Amino acid sequence: MAKVPVQFTLNGAEKAEFIDSGTTLLNTLRDKIGDTSPKGGCHQGTCGACSVIINGELRLSCLTLAETCNGAAITTTSGLSEGGVLHPLQRAFLDAFATQCGFCTPGMIMAAKVLLDQTPNPSREDVVEALSGNICRCTGYEPIIQAVLTAARSNSQNAA
Amino acid sequence: MELRKNYFADQRKDDLHEIGQPRPRSDSPGHVTGKTAYFADRNFPGMLHLKMVRSPHHHARIRSIDTSEAEKHPGVVKVLTAKDVPHNVYTILILIQIGPEDETVLADGKVRWKGEAVVAVLAETERAAQEAAAKVKVDYEVLPAVFDMEEALKPGAPLVNEYHGQNYYLYDSGECRKVRFGDVEAGFAGADHILEQTYQSSPIEHAPAETTGCVVAPEGNDRFTCYTNTQAMFFTLDNASIILQMPGSKLHFVGGTVGGGFGGKVDVIVEPIAILGAKLTGRPVSFIYSREEEMQISSPRAAEKVVIKDGFMKDGRIVARKVTGYTDAGAYSRHSPYGAQKGAGHYPGPYTIPNVWIDTYCVYTNRTPSSAMRGFGVTIGDFALEVQMDKLARLIGMDPLEFRFINAYRDGDMKAHRQPTEGAALIECMQEASRAANWPVAEKYLSMSSYTKGA
Repeated sequence: MAKVPVQFTLNGAEKAEFIDSGTTLLNTLRDKIGDTSPKGGCHQGTCGACSVIINGELRLSCLTLAETCNGAAITTTSGLSEGGVLHPLQRAFLDAFATQCGFCTPGMIMAAKVLLDQTPNPSREDVVEALSGNICRCTGYEPIIQAVLTAARSNSQNAA
Repeated sequence: MELRKNYFADQRKDDLHEIGQPRPRSDSPGHVTGKTAYFADRNFPGMLHLKMVRSPHHHARIRSIDTSEAEKHPGVVKVLTAKDVPHNVYTILILIQIGPEDETVLADGKVRWKGEAVVAVLAETERAAQEAAAKVKVDYEVLPAVFDMEEALKPGAPLVNEYHGQNYYLYDSGECRKVRFGDVEAGFAGADHILEQTYQSSPIEHAPAETTGCVVAPEGNDRFTCYTNTQAMFFTLDNASIILQMPGSKLHFVGGTVGGGFGGKVDVIVEPIAILGAKLTGRPVSFIYSREEEMQISSPRAAEKVVIKDGFMKDGRIVARKVTGYTDAGAYSRHSPYGAQKGAGHYPGPYTIPNVWIDTYCVYTNRTPSSAMRGFGVTIGDFALEVQMDKLARLIGMDPLEFRFINAYRDGDMKAHRQPTEGAALIECMQEASRAANWPVAEKYLSMSSYTKGA
């Protein structure tokens, strides 16, 4: 099968790969580039575990073909902490016991980051709406919602 | 929340200083940074992908299997059938002497539930494995199937599993697990009221975020490393050793990180066949359930039916309880004989009842094999028992919480299955629940204790 070149930035670093046409961004990130922070929970766009940020928008990487991402800026949860310092969302998830098995966590953090980037002071309803595409089967939604609200507050305090 | 540390204070040396104090979870830093390594995060050069050909029928005889077209499909490396599996008929609990072996790794001559694994295809890509699996031709002779437990127990019902010879698990006590305590008929005869009710549940899928699977890497020294999300590491290792007829020293299992399990990952399903694939091809093998397989193929919680007959007095005392419980194992045992047995011990609930009669059946049907899930064997029973308790209280116009205080077990009470009660705390829990929920009960119940028969 003929290979297709793809090139994009991942968490600020340039990446170039030859892939089979039709390969999803999820499989490209995980199997080719080695960023396993996006998870494959359903491979059919229903669980949100594979969520990544493409050009500032929340996207399901299992339903995104890698070849459509040429030139894109892609962010994943593995790229959030800088210099060993956790991102406020990561800190808040840690402190609020918002992880259990952890499989949904990277996707949850992606969804929460897009929310806070676009709506720095969200209401509880905003948070619930933003996380509505992400399934947590350990059903720890309440601490997750609280973690996002806490991160929003710490962001606004830092900005003040 | 207010923490009351005065309960049972005389039984403890410590001051419970850890209770109510947050402690960071050791695994959370990995979770929030995406660094936690789940089994599917392992990737090896040259890794093959395994896909199963599954039965489209609930019950059928296999006349023939033709894998020739699948083997010719581009990218296919190996196609496995029952004859390739060294010890193809197994049962998980054989490790604790609960037999007979009743389940096939790959179907041999017969399928007993819709979705049963028949042929395993290993290919260079997931897509090639999927496409080749679709080219395997299996000729089936469809057989009558049975889906209802009581139908399955009737004479003349289709026989689900020949390894058992009848559609129920044969315990050493006979066709069901039995508990006999006191004289239940005399209890009913002397009761002011009798209430018999039937409770039923459907199978429940755990639906973990991460689907069941494993990645196996041959180590070159005839050892195999299996990265797995099993919840039962050593159970899986030992059963894989039996199925593959390979000493355990040849198998290195790496796991413990599970993306949600809830009991759904305690069966031994993916590992043995993936290790066999790695052994026969010399290549790493990945076998990961699709979401559809997780929902349709992995074991659910068993469907249950519980018939409870209680004899009780106007003053609130339950004097006799007769329970018949049915656990739908599906086509194979897995953990269900154990679940049904647990139910037998559990059905009196946390209550002291002088006359008890319990029969619990583990029944085979042509449904998806059921297995463990969070308190299996007692969870559905608890639902039934506590609904029943509410109904009994309502019938005699008594407060449902006070009704439970009257019947609560206490230290020294003999349970129906002949274990004396020790360390009971039901009364204290209900006292605290009464306060926390602002559900007042009469003062005499608040002064009761699990220690004595006072009050």
